[in-house]
Parts: sequence; structure tokens; C-alpha cells
Amino acid sequence: MKKILFIEDESALQKTFGEILSQEGYEMISALDGETGLKMAKTKKPDLILLDLILPKVHGFEVLKQLKEDPETKEIPVIILTNLEAIGDVDKAIGLGATTYLVKAQYTLEEVLEKIKKALVK
Amino acid sequence: MGLVKFKKVLAQLNIFAQCKRYGLSVWQCPQFLFLIMGTIIIGTAVIAYAIGNRYIEDPALIALIVLLLTAILFIIAFIIIQGFERLAEANRMKSEFISVASHQLRSPLSNLKWAIELLMSGRIGKFEEKQTKYFKILKENSGRMEELISDLLTVSRIEQRTLPLKKQEFSLENLIKNLILEFKPLIQSSNIEVKFKSEEDLPEILADPSQIRLVIGNLLDNAIRYIKDKGEVKIKLEKKKRNLCFEIADNGVGIPKEDKKYIFQKFFRADNVLKYQTQGSGLGLYIAKAIVEKSGGKIGFSSQEGIGSTFWFTLPIK
Repeated sequence: MKKILFIEDESALQKTFGEILSQEGYEMISALDGETGLKMAKTKKPDLILLDLILPKVHGFEVLKQLKEDPETKEIPVIILTNLEAIGDVDKAIGLGATTYLVKAQYTLEEVLEKIKKALVK
Repeated sequence: MGLVKFKKVLAQLNIFAQCKRYGLSVWQCPQFLFLIMGTIIIGTAVIAYAIGNRYIEDPALIALIVLLLTAILFIIAFIIIQGFERLAEANRMKSEFISVASHQLRSPLSNLKWAIELLMSGRIGKFEEKQTKYFKILKENSGRMEELISDLLTVSRIEQRTLPLKKQEFSLENLIKNLILEFKPLIQSSNIEVKFKSEEDLPEILADPSQIRLVIGNLLDNAIRYIKDKGEVKIKLEKKKRNLCFEIADNGVGIPKEDKKYIFQKFFRADNVLKYQTQGSGLGLYIAKAIVEKSGGKIGFSSQEGIGSTFWFTLPIK
């Protein structure tokens, strides 16, 4: 079973995604802040990370940077799932090594699911 | 008409009311200080003339007085500038507030949207038709809120001059065709026919496709929504000198004569549309104008109440 780590401080979103991902046959583990997210990425070895940018303790960009610097975690694909949408943010995330950048307001649940599946196949 | 204008002038003269509107005290209010400054300037000239006549043998005294009064004028001018700075700062904070508030609203709205989608997907149990109907209402309205917030964010970016324009060459014709396809559900449910005619072999334009998409989307949305029953929307694309000219004509309610000058102002909605079409934020045309002008083009319209409106804009080729 593929494991997906969801780093997101909104527990409502954690619930919604937990439900839909488990239905699709994935295991979802969740972290509510950047620091826990980084720790879990190392210890739980997920196949994919969904990452919000505005996070308590460690900001999403910093989480992404550290993930990509660490040889243990740098191969894990990271999908950014956020409501920040300035061009600078998108470029920055892709530059740091994010696989995809999704603005929450612009995607339906099923579309996000498609992107997750695609990233896991790669 | 004349009376209205006269009243407007009088309102301008009521400096105290104006200062109150800005939330500034009288001694920080540019309007009031300008009046004081003007009085001092005239006073200085008169005094210099009077004293100059009397003490013609002592020019140093006159020079000193003039110098003193000039210094006072400088101080007042400085306070006026500070007053303007405060106004500019208040305006900046207002834009920033809109931006922060919109961002904050987006998170709970995304939670809401995706939870509704999950419910409606049938993944966690089926609902009866009657219940589904109300879920649809929830979904539609969360979508409307999302659009409004995204419009507000665009407006605050326009005002803060941080609206990103990622220019690239692309085919305007293809963009329009795709957009019409996207609007198909609304077009069909509104009982409207959309015709698109494009000149052949048009060159590509240099602009930000996602922003231009927003402009045409707003114009198309207006054209469709402001047709009362059955109707027709005609879109035309042609080359005029070094520009591509986009034109969209509808046979909708049109814009009343007295509302025409306000049509591109933000939050403005014409009287005749407010009566039966309650949806709409009054931001679409404001955004359209800002984007077109920032992209180096022009925008305009002609309209007759009860007959229809034609909106057009131009964009430079490369």
C-alpha cells in the first residue's frame, strides 16, 4: 500500500483527504505542522508528500528545502497544495524541487486525486 | 442638471466635511491647509507691497519679512505633504486588508468546497434526489464565494500594482474557442446562442494568457447574464493595424445612458440590471479594464438600453 504524508494545519482537510485516499487504497499519514512533517518524512518514508505552505513552526518553503537537501528524503515527490498563488511562490516552489503546484481554490477534489495518482506513477 | 453641479461645487467647498470624510483633523487636512497657504501667500504679497511703500529706505526689513513668511509657507507645505502621505498610507492599508482577509477566507472555503464535493461524489453514501438538490445549492454558492474572493484579490493586486503579467505569445482565437466550450453549460441553460467569427490567419499576441482569459471570461459572462430571455451573443476577432481587436455584442438589457460613465468603476452595477440579476460583484469590468490597459491595449463599449451592448478591446501583436 502506498503511503502519503499530508502536511497541513487544517484538520478538516486532513479528514476529507484521509477519507478519499483510503477509499482509493492509499494509506495517509498526517502532520499538522512543518516540524512534525519533516520528522515524519524521515521516519515513515512516505511515497508522496502533500505539502501546504502556510504552516505553524516551520514554513512550507523551508520544509520543502530541507526535504530536498536531505539525501534520505530528496527522492520523494512533493505536491504543493496551498492558497498562495503569487507567481514568485510558484517559481520558488518549483525551483526548490516540488513536483506540482496546486492552488486549492482552482481544483476539485477529484482533480487533486488525479494529480496524486499521476505523481505516484512517475 | 445645473443645480446638481452647483451642489457638487458647494460640497467641494465644505472643507470641514471633506476632512471628516478622510478621518483627518483640520490641521492635518490638505484641503484646509491649502486654503490657509493661499491666504498667507496673498497676505504676504499685500503686506510686502504695503510695507515696501512705507519703508522704502529699509529694504532689509522687507526682505526679512518675506523670508519669514516664506519659511511659514514651507512648514505648511510640509504638513500638507504629510497629510497626503497619511491618506496614501490608509489606502495602502485598505488594499492590504482586502488581500489578507481574502487569503484568510480562502482556507475555510476550500475545506467547505472539498467536503461538499466528497459528500456529492457518493463515496461515503448516496443521498436522495431532494437532498442532492440542496447540496448543489451549497456547492454553487461556495463556488460563487470563491469567485468573489478571487476577484477581490485581483483588485487588491491591481491597486497595489502587484498584478503579475507573465507575457508570452499565444493564439487569441484558440483561447476564445476554449473559453466558449467552458461556458457551454451556462450558455445552454440560459437559452443563448454564441457565435464566434474570426478573421483568417491571425498572428499571435503577446500578453498573459491567464489574465486575458479572465478579461474575455468576464465580458462573455456579462453578455450571457444580461440577456433577459432568449438571445444571441456575437464575438468577432480581427486585425487592425498592429493590434488584434476583440468585439463581443449582445442583445441584452443594455446600459442606461446616465450609468455609462460609471461602468468601469469598481463595485458599480447599473440600475436596470440590479432589478432582476442579483448576482455579480461589479468588479468584472474594472478588472478587465485594468488588465487590458496594463497589457498595452484599449477597452471600450457602445450600448443602448433595451437593445444591447457591444464591448471591445485591442491587444498589441507582439
